[in-house]
Order: sequence, then structure tokens, then C-alpha cells
Amino acid sequence: MKFDISRVVELIAGDPQADRAVPPTGFTARLTLFTAGAMAFLAVFAMALSFATGRLADRWSSELARTSTLRISAPADQADAQVRAALAVLETTPGVAAARALTPDEQRALLEPWFGPDLPVEDLPIPQLIEIIEDGTGYDPTGLRARLQAEVPAAVLDDHTRWREPLIAAANRLRSLGWVAIVLIGASTGAMITLAAQAALAANAQVIRVMRLVGARDIYIARAFVRRFTLRALAGAAIGTFAGMFAVWLLPSADVAGGFLTGLGFQGVNWLWPLVIPPLAAVVAFFATRAAALRTLREQS
Amino acid sequence: MIDLDNVAYSYGGAELFSQVRLSLAAGSFHFLTGPSGAGKTTLLKLCYGELQATSGQVRLFGEDAAMMDRDAVAMSRRRIGVVHQDCQFLDHLPLTENIALPLTVSGREADAEANLGDLLGWVGLRNQAAQFPPQLSGGERQRAALARAVIMSPHVIIADEPTGNVDWEMSQRLLTLLVELNRMGKTVLIATHDMNLIRAAKSQVTTRVLRLKDRRLMQAGGEL
Repeated sequence: MKFDISRVVELIAGDPQADRAVPPTGFTARLTLFTAGAMAFLAVFAMALSFATGRLADRWSSELARTSTLRISAPADQADAQVRAALAVLETTPGVAAARALTPDEQRALLEPWFGPDLPVEDLPIPQLIEIIEDGTGYDPTGLRARLQAEVPAAVLDDHTRWREPLIAAANRLRSLGWVAIVLIGASTGAMITLAAQAALAANAQVIRVMRLVGARDIYIARAFVRRFTLRALAGAAIGTFAGMFAVWLLPSADVAGGFLTGLGFQGVNWLWPLVIPPLAAVVAFFATRAAALRTLREQS
Repeated sequence: MIDLDNVAYSYGGAELFSQVRLSLAAGSFHFLTGPSGAGKTTLLKLCYGELQATSGQVRLFGEDAAMMDRDAVAMSRRRIGVVHQDCQFLDHLPLTENIALPLTVSGREADAEANLGDLLGWVGLRNQAAQFPPQLSGGERQRAALARAVIMSPHVIIADEPTGNVDWEMSQRLLTLLVELNRMGKTVLIATHDMNLIRAAKSQVTTRVLRLKDRRLMQAGGEL
């Protein structure tokens, strides 16, 4: 279907005479404005949630996929030898870009959330961790496990797959839920606007009767309602969207801890995405009001 | 112009009238009389397409009304000027916009400027142009309704008890306007109880008087 900008302009410009003939009903105007505003506000948060979970999934997917951990659980007198042997194996493993044993300070930092600071890790029988960073091609985990089993029996390879995949799946599902919420918000907006339009049509039944008596076609009468509700939805959604964007902007930014909630928001060009909400609300209002008006006019005859 | 062929209308299972035959030829002048509740207003509504006959055929300008879609009915109403007893105005619009409403809904707002002045003068409402319908007297409202009915220069004028709420002098004035329209070639159909109005009309123009009684439409008898 060819996009005709003149039709859009005609819709926005409307027919001032048709608008004058149908008097506005105050409560439906307020209801439409409030509904569109509230729904747009919620839609901004749903959108922010989707983007945040999307970023989380991407980060887990890309960053964690390139690292893995080798755990050396050996008696204290054999630990150093096992670590050296493991590093030697890793240095000769295709797909491994770098491998290094974590320092006692790094291991202490990892345990700090559970045991507090100043933990004497050197005196405790805790495994030594080796961080493996893959190159672009990646290594073969099955082959590496086989080599380690033969040459470093105390080593256990954790390529993060076991816990990374459910986390990514959860994040992706959360992102999908965000978009589903946006669709539901759009549907609810349409339903509320339909009800408001029907109330306005019922309140103007006598006006509609007179207009019909003098030869007004249904589309002419409907147009007055459609334009009015579309512009109200656009205005309400614009207010709600900017209020929502302001509220998201006020949320604390992501800190070093990278907590999920502190990362809720938009980044960069994603700040432009909420701006599609007001036109979408107007489109929803246009079709909802048009359908409601034409249906009601058919039933009233 | 408008033809009713063996038309019946029932409401809620009760037959209001049946076997109605009526032909409104171009330039004719008809009165429709009958007791209250006989169905005069319903018969008029069939004539301008607001109601559909239960059986029989109503033809508006040669088209079967039952086969017309909603847009076609709207278009036919632009060729029929209707004056209601209660006038049916939009109270939030001034008189000029109410009278120009048929032009407005037809997308001919530009014609309103040219026609309104003469039309307001013709019905004697120049001084009331900016007033709103609730501010007008019964006679002024009826004349305004007549002005609205003719602004599209329709082929047919249908008036439902146009003199029901006005005094004798005003009813004569309205009748004069309707007779003038008929002399211009318009078809006129008036539903009324007012026998004096019918007698006054018969002295000015050739009329046909129909009576709706006992569910049948017939030529009125010698009481006129």
C-alpha cells in the first residue's frame, strides 16, 4: 500500500466544521489523556526493562563465553607442580589466548563477600584457580579435558556453559516479557480508548441523529471522533513518555557491582526508542476509535 | 421522486399500517393527515429513508431503499429537506451554522457564505443569525428548520407538523414559504392535524390530501 502523506496531514488537520458539530465530552477527553499518559509511562519502563535485560544477556553471552576457569584441587605439597603442569598444557592448547593463576589477593577478593576481608587464603586448603581466556576461534573443551585428565589429574575445567546458558535464557525470556508487556499495554490502551469513544458516541447520540438527518455519511461523523481521540492519545502518550524517560533518567546508573536494577535504563541511541511510543499510541487510538465509531454508528441506525 | 408500493410497517409485532401506496411526483403538494398515533411520522420517515418498510417497496429517486447502502441513504437525504416538529437543532451551534449544516456535512461550506444571507432574509431571521437555538421562539425555530431544509436546494421538502407549535399567523407565514417552494418546482409533503392550514393551502396551490387511518392510507374525504 502506498504511503500517502497528504492523508496523514488531512487527518491531523481534520475538518474543523465536523469538530464543531460534535461537541467534546469532558470526561472522555480526560479519560483518554490519562489512559494514554499512564500507559505510555508504563511502556517506557517495559522498554527500559527489555533493553536492560537484552544488554545483560549480550554481556553474559559474549564476555563469559570467552573465559573459563580451571580449578586445581591438590594437596598443598603438590599444588604448585599441578598448577605449572596445567599452565604448560594450556600454553600448548590451540584456541587458548592466555592462561594465568589467580593471585592470593584475587582469590581473597572472590571469597570476601562470604568470609569478609583479610581471609588467610594461603593457610586454607582452597583450590587454586586458573583463568583461561580464549582467542577468537576458541578451544575444544572435550579435548582439553582429556589432556588434563592425563597430565593434571587434580584439574577440573569449568567452561561456564552449565550456568551461563540458563542465565542467558532467563535474561532473554525477561527481555521477551518486556516486549509482551509493551504489546499488552498497547492493547489495553486500545481497549480503554474504544470504551471512551463509545461513551462519547453514546453521549452525542442526538447530535449524530441530526447530522444523519441532514445527509452526513458515517465516515464524516466518525472522522470528528477519530481525529479528536487520536490527538488526545498522542498528547497523553507524549506527556507519559517524557515523564517515563525522566523517571528512568533519575534511576541510579550502573555501578561497579553491576547490579541488575542499577542498570535499568537506556544507553546511547536507545534513548530515542521511547519516542516511538506517542505515534504508536496515536495509531492505536486511530484504529480503535475508527472501528468503535463505525460499529456504533452501524448499531445506532 | 418518492414512491411507496404496497408498503407495510410493523413495530414490536404490531402492524402500524399496510397496503400503503403513495407516489410523490415532481412539483406535487401533498398533505398527510390522520389521528395521533396513526403512523404519520413513521410514514414520513419511510419517505426519507430513516426507517425501512417491513414489507413492500420504497423507492427514493428510483432506487429501492431496501437495497441502498448507508452512504446511498445519506446521499438521498441531501435531496430531501426535512422539517421536524421539534426542529432537531444542535444547540451548541449558532443559527447560521445549524442552517448551513447540510452544506457542511456535504463538504460545500463555501456555498454557505453565498446562500445564508438570502435564506435568512427569506425566512425573516437576519437579526437572529448569531443566536443559538434555545434562544429562539417556536416560530423562529420552525422557520430556521425550513431554511436548513432548503439550503441544499432539495427536490423534496418533507415537513412533520411544522405548525404544531406556532400561532395561526406564524403558520400562515410558514405555509406561504412552503407554497413558494412548491411554485419553484419542489415536491412538498406535510404531515399535519391542522385542517385550517390545509384549507388555506388549497386556496393557493393544487394539493392532494391523504389520510392515514385504521392502518390504511386513503384520499381524504369531503370534510375538507
